[in-house]
Amino acid sequence: MRGSTEVAGNSHECVAPRLPAGIFSPQAGRRIAFMTAYILKRLAIGAVTLVVASIVIFAVLEILPGDPARLMLGMNTTPEAVEALRHQMGLDQPLMLRYLHWASGMLTGDFGKSFTYSSPVRDLIVERGVVSLPLALIALALSASIGIPIGVFSASRRGKASDAAVMGVAQLGVAIPNFWFALLLIYVFAVWLRLVPAGGFPGWNAGIWAGLKGLILPAIALALPQAAILARVTRSALLEVLGEDYIRTARAKGLPRRRVLLRHALRNGMIPVMTIVGLQFAYLLAGTIIIENVFYLPGLGRLVYQAITQRDLIVVESIVMVLVASVVIINLLVDLSYPLVDPRLRHAR
Amino acid sequence: MSLLEIEKLSLDIGGIPILRGVDLTIDQGQIMGLVGESGSGKSMTALTVMRLLPIGANASGRVAFDGIDILGAPEEAMCRLRGDDIGMVFQEPMTALNPVKTIGEQVAEGIRWHTGANRADAEARARAMLDRVGLPEAKFPLSRYPHELSGGQRQRVVIAIACALKPKLLVADEPTTALDVVLQKQILELLRGLVDEDRMGLLLISHDLAVVADMSDRVTVMRRGEVMEEGETARTLSEQVHPYTRQLAQASMHVPKRRPPSPARAKALDASPPEGVEERRTAATQGPLPRPLQGERWPAKRDGEEEERMPLLEVSSVIKDYPGRRSSLFRKQPPFRAVDDVSFSLQPGQSVALVGRSGCGKSTLARMILALDRPTGGDISLLGQSLAGRSETELRPSRRNMQVVFQDPYGSFDPRHKVERLVGEPLHLLEKQPGAKERREMIAATLAEVGLSPSDMDKYPHEFSGGQRQRISIARAVITRPKLIVADEPVSALDVSIRAQILDLFADLNQKLGVAYIFITHDLTVARAITDDVMVMHEGRIVERGRTGEILDHPQSDAAKALVAAAPDLHRAIARRLEMQG
Repeated sequence: MRGSTEVAGNSHECVAPRLPAGIFSPQAGRRIAFMTAYILKRLAIGAVTLVVASIVIFAVLEILPGDPARLMLGMNTTPEAVEALRHQMGLDQPLMLRYLHWASGMLTGDFGKSFTYSSPVRDLIVERGVVSLPLALIALALSASIGIPIGVFSASRRGKASDAAVMGVAQLGVAIPNFWFALLLIYVFAVWLRLVPAGGFPGWNAGIWAGLKGLILPAIALALPQAAILARVTRSALLEVLGEDYIRTARAKGLPRRRVLLRHALRNGMIPVMTIVGLQFAYLLAGTIIIENVFYLPGLGRLVYQAITQRDLIVVESIVMVLVASVVIINLLVDLSYPLVDPRLRHAR
Repeated sequence: MSLLEIEKLSLDIGGIPILRGVDLTIDQGQIMGLVGESGSGKSMTALTVMRLLPIGANASGRVAFDGIDILGAPEEAMCRLRGDDIGMVFQEPMTALNPVKTIGEQVAEGIRWHTGANRADAEARARAMLDRVGLPEAKFPLSRYPHELSGGQRQRVVIAIACALKPKLLVADEPTTALDVVLQKQILELLRGLVDEDRMGLLLISHDLAVVADMSDRVTVMRRGEVMEEGETARTLSEQVHPYTRQLAQASMHVPKRRPPSPARAKALDASPPEGVEERRTAATQGPLPRPLQGERWPAKRDGEEEERMPLLEVSSVIKDYPGRRSSLFRKQPPFRAVDDVSFSLQPGQSVALVGRSGCGKSTLARMILALDRPTGGDISLLGQSLAGRSETELRPSRRNMQVVFQDPYGSFDPRHKVERLVGEPLHLLEKQPGAKERREMIAATLAEVGLSPSDMDKYPHEFSGGQRQRISIARAVITRPKLIVADEPVSALDVSIRAQILDLFADLNQKLGVAYIFITHDLTVARAITDDVMVMHEGRIVERGRTGEILDHPQSDAAKALVAAAPDLHRAIARRLEMQG
């Protein structure tokens, strides 16, 4: 505490104003303490969310009708055989015990064994995750890098023809189903221009470039509707901020409109945009079932789809848990980035 | 040539005329006061000078600043003028600064933009300017964020931004309206100092005649987009030749006619300590007094009057703590004591002002009296019944007997509800629920009581003016025939003429219904106009109490003295002006 105060004193004239304010200010100790408490609290909330989610996921899927053992053995089977398989699969144990077994297994990275694939669920998730995770990340990056600038552009030309045109296109982008758009992309870029493959995934072993080529069309198909949503959110967030008093103060300083938009409005308008980006990642990770089917990608979406139809409960439960965990992590990151944007959140209220 | 010349300025926004042929000139080093009620076009005149008008605005006429044609200048030329030659200060300091940028960045930004100075030079100049407006480096380094500053401090930052480049003209639009009187005085003195030192012209916009009389060399009176009168401040405001100027002046000094206190009340007043001096007991200097004496100004002395003496409201040793900030992971700072050992009692029909600077704890105390907040310690009882530790259902009879009127008539209604529902809302507190027809009759009668028409029942709040809305909220407060109304700055958002009417209405209801008031205000003219007694609050404590006139004329405590000294007073201001301007 004392050390940091002295740093502030010594370096104030030359250094402190250039640093992100607050890091070396006299209140630094208090801020760091507060941020530590803030982070710990967020982590605790995330952990509780995971535990509750695991209970709900397990309970719901176990209550649903459909005995996996019976399903695996088919129609012509004896009750004894079913019972034997149930025993082998551990389905005859009490629910509580099975939950604990599953949950504690997950903590050590053991997700159990798939009924249908006869291989560890963890291997399945890793194998499919290396397709789905990059796909979601690329789509998210595309969505943000297209949607946010368009929203800023539109807000800066509020009420003009270009604003109306861009927002009209965005409205269309929100309305068009992504699988239809995916088919259009396949036709144009794969069938007509022959730039990329029409579907399938060569695997990362075939080289990063080949892998990216396989993911780029599905990523665009996923990203564009999201970009349209983000453009609209960005625009309305900015327009709201542009009505604030401090925007008028900035204009009264003599700053031109555009500079006020970029220097004063953008950062204040980013909070709702960040929230939406976080939610979009969750959607992009889990919501890829249709797109993975259209492009024939071996991702998590297809895996969970197949597992549901085959009553491969342990696979479904584990994938849903992984998705929940990734959403919790992303939301944690979003929560932690709020105070970076808004200094008011760096203090206890 | 004058610094600013406005000739025949007309303005319409979306076809609606806002300004009609406004003429106004300001010379170098001159302070021009611009007064008028809301909607008179004061702010639009100011924004025209800055050319920061809303979209769809269409101005005609001539506005010349330093020889530059403002209405015809290209936008780049305006950007060069704004913040360099013309600075502007706004009404609401709490929202005028960007919350995500440090005050240093915000002051330096304009300097860098206009002078092309590098960051270090701009920051050095920003630092000097902040020192100049009374924000010294030790307590207010450049790295402070706006949310770490109070309203008055933020307004100083806004003034620093506006004056950083020594503009030739400063436009100040209601710069002190959102501040308490003590801060108002400080900010006005700061503005005057800057004007004197830099020979700035100042366009000072205010609805408060006293502020304008105190500050300005000349005054322009506006009404409905037109200039009514323009002239030397002293002469214009003392002679009041123009009927509208006279109307404004009278409204701002208006004192409602009030009947002398009722006989029981008069007896109670007789029993006040003969020396008439305020009881000046603070917890710091004296230990708690025995219960019956606490805060009791007029102890029951005569026999046979015990029942009449039963106080309507009894507040004893009330404390409110708010938890402190977390200073480290495992430690919190000590709690903040917002209300510190407050005791007083209120007789039926008595009207009391609770005055103090912003943040002194008066609103917190009011919330506890209304049982919207629970005290940390002490007890509050209404009609002999304690409010502490009772559930919402048990509080119902008490809630029926106390109602509230808030400051902002715009914010305190659900815009989607009709007046009937808004005014009838407290009726669910009644023991016997009225039928639909009876209910409408009660609402109609109450609306008539507050000077509205019973047919207003089927309208929505946006169809009413600010003053009418305040009448609606008063109707809502009196419909259950409460014994006590707590009014939190009930007229400070209103224009002077409307405010005079609302004060009359409060006085009238006080007599007709025998309702007691607690007026929370920082405006001493309101306190003087409508209350019998006053309590001065400072840092959570009541530091002085007594008859309103006595306290306001002869304040004893420092807090009361500061309030009285800072309160703008039209009579005094005009007298001073007359001396100066002959």
